[in-house]
Amino acid sequence: MAPRSKSPSSISIALSGSGGSGVMTAGDMLLEAAALAGCYGLMSRTSGPQIRGGEAAALLRLAREPIECHGDSFDILLAIDWVNTERFASEIPLDAHSLMIGDPAQGSAPAEFANLGARPLALPMKDLAKKIPHGRANMVALGYIAGLIGLPTTAIAEAIRRSLGDNGDAVTASLAAAEAGRAAAQGVECPFRLAPGGNERDKRWLITGNEAAGYGALKGGVRFVAAYPITPATEVLEWMAPALTDVGGVLVQAEDELASINMAIGASYGGTPALTATSGPGLALMIEALGLAISAEVPIVVVDVMRSGPSTGIPTKSEQSDLNIALYGPHGDSPHVVVAPNSVADCLMTTQWAVHLAETMQVPALVLSDQSFGQTRMVIDRPGDFAFTGQRKLANGDAQPYRRYALTESGISPMAIPGTAGFMHTADGLEHSERGTPSSQAKDHLTQLDKRKRKLDTADYDRHWAQVEGDGKGDVAIITWGSCTAPAREALALARADGVRAKLISMRLLSPAQPERLGALLDGVKRVLVVEQTHSGQFHRYLRAEYSLPGEVRALYRPGPLPLRPSEIHRELVEWSRP
Amino acid sequence: MSVTAEVLPAAKDFKSDTKPVWCPGCGDYSVVTSLTRAFAQLALRPENVAVVSGIGCSSRIPAYTNCYGFHGVHGRALPVATGLKVARPDLTVVAAGGDGDGYSIGGNHFLHACRRNVDLTYIVMDNHVYGMTKGQASPTTEPDWDNALAPGGTGVRPFNPLVIALASGANFVARAFSGDVVGTADIIAKAIASPGFSFVEILSPCITFRPEQRGWKESVRPAPVVHTDDPGRAARRLMTDDGFNIGVLYHGNRKSFQPPIGQPRKTLSEIEREFAL
Repeated sequence: MAPRSKSPSSISIALSGSGGSGVMTAGDMLLEAAALAGCYGLMSRTSGPQIRGGEAAALLRLAREPIECHGDSFDILLAIDWVNTERFASEIPLDAHSLMIGDPAQGSAPAEFANLGARPLALPMKDLAKKIPHGRANMVALGYIAGLIGLPTTAIAEAIRRSLGDNGDAVTASLAAAEAGRAAAQGVECPFRLAPGGNERDKRWLITGNEAAGYGALKGGVRFVAAYPITPATEVLEWMAPALTDVGGVLVQAEDELASINMAIGASYGGTPALTATSGPGLALMIEALGLAISAEVPIVVVDVMRSGPSTGIPTKSEQSDLNIALYGPHGDSPHVVVAPNSVADCLMTTQWAVHLAETMQVPALVLSDQSFGQTRMVIDRPGDFAFTGQRKLANGDAQPYRRYALTESGISPMAIPGTAGFMHTADGLEHSERGTPSSQAKDHLTQLDKRKRKLDTADYDRHWAQVEGDGKGDVAIITWGSCTAPAREALALARADGVRAKLISMRLLSPAQPERLGALLDGVKRVLVVEQTHSGQFHRYLRAEYSLPGEVRALYRPGPLPLRPSEIHRELVEWSRP
Repeated sequence: MSVTAEVLPAAKDFKSDTKPVWCPGCGDYSVVTSLTRAFAQLALRPENVAVVSGIGCSSRIPAYTNCYGFHGVHGRALPVATGLKVARPDLTVVAAGGDGDGYSIGGNHFLHACRRNVDLTYIVMDNHVYGMTKGQASPTTEPDWDNALAPGGTGVRPFNPLVIALASGANFVARAFSGDVVGTADIIAKAIASPGFSFVEILSPCITFRPEQRGWKESVRPAPVVHTDDPGRAARRLMTDDGFNIGVLYHGNRKSFQPPIGQPRKTLSEIEREFAL
């Protein structure tokens, strides 16, 4: 049997059921209870193609230690019913170690699950729920799982109360149903036990990547958002809508993505740090205006929560395949910033950093998040406060005549915002002279292209350009980015046990490229494994174009919708290391 | 105690020293004059005015004013102007451009800007032709106008921008003629002074590609009746006029769209409490 990624004592649990069965509610409560018990964890959601209703599954992974991705397989599958559950077979891999819990009243497990050798357990959820006034099967399931894995009753009770609030009847019924579930779990042998941690609640957050990106934007100073809904980015915008108003900003719903990015540009031209969030199809529509922001030197931030492409693709599933368009989308020579968070928590810091870079350099910054960050709820340590408060270099005083696009050493020209007397000018997407007047002169084109590139080349990206972990002395390096970081980290931990000494380099700054800094990190490295979630190896091609990679290079890449599993990367590392 | 009277900017103070790219005889020269005259008439200050445009001959207008200008991409003047005005309600924001920019590639934004009713003024210099690309049919071109891209004409019925603006919710709808500098200035001033989205269609001849438009000065006439605040009545008039009635044709009383901005109720640390366990 292949080694399982058992990143120290984690438990992977899938709760499935048809629409209205309440698996998502039960999953949310389970995650919150684990958090209250001092554990870490995450929950992602998957559902059938129906807009509302239809089969759904909550996918959780809980542990004493921080964990940031799903593992290789699931330890427990609990199905409230089996309607269409087989659709999730590839997303919920089971093996002979797994427990498979079903309600005898709902029939038996489909072959896709039943034939995997998992140990079946019967739990009469429907019948147990019926005995409790207003009792529901999902709460019986919640109590049963809590009993199996040893989650304290107090944590479950508190999670139920926090979720249902003042609804006294519902709280009473849920507590009773959960207790019935817990009682049913007594005496059932379960190899998966969650060791509760201490009381860490002051230091922990429960947050999704989309919320973290939205909050990072606020911390960075964004006070204007133009929004057009698109899966899986909508929650960035929905979270920001009330929060922006609370901090004195404003969100406008646009008629399309062409409008949303141009509204953001307009607001930013007026001096208000501005953002929009979208996914692949929306990003494609925004590219022309991205070029405008580059040429007119208007800072904006675009958060792209990537999904599988091309075209409509798979809107609800993650992929890293917007890398090419993010890097190379705009026509012309168009330097801009592309950054990528490497975890749910990092969505906060990276978005805040993107605002800082955009404002400081008067350039658009793209944040490449993805569905697996955006829509996963995770228990994290409260992120530190980062001092990214990018300030625009503003024009004032009496430097006349005002040259909006003055050629400076840094490439950054003082920007006058409307309302500043004596500094009127026209910001332009037409090539222009230093004063901003349209120009097709060779000299103006060259000097303006140079200055726009120089801004990015001379900026200070500090240590944030990449996250480096693992064995610094090893001669193997994994280079990856975004949501492949966590499975690569787990693969590295597994490989260490096999004697593989490797370092992990997760790149946060994708544009502009940092060849000297990566070169220094790769000094002495003999093997490089590139890991990404695309079908065509976009990241590998980018690395080949922008960097020189030492020694032997292998690339591990495949598309979504399934997440890259730690064991896939581990296998590659170990097989490669075999003499 | 001495009081120095503030000298208000004159129309010429709103004009820049940049030489237009326009052809001799282009109607848009007069629109710059009318626009800057309107700014002066309203006692605005150049630094508090922003002129926003997309792409096309007439979209070059921001650089010819001495205000804050933004020359963006084709068709997107209105979204840029919307973002700017919502974020900076203290500014006077004017979006300007041509019929191709506003009614074709930017048509969707036109509908939604009328609907949204942000306090903007939108000036379309309509010459029924794409001039910058040397003479193709626009949404307002007659169906039988022969041109290289559509030999014999497009065969497609022209678009009636005023009716569309009215139906979409614009709060102020007017038609002007560039040849009437004073009258156009007056209409623009009224449009700017009117709250909400004000739409001013200016017939602005392109004598290079549509020399027959020299005849427009004979065709235009003041609208025979005063403007109405009844959209039904305005719609009937606009549906039946011949496109040459000049003046304010509809003036409603819809409230502008302007969400509150700059009034924080919470600190960031209060916001982040929702994430805490």
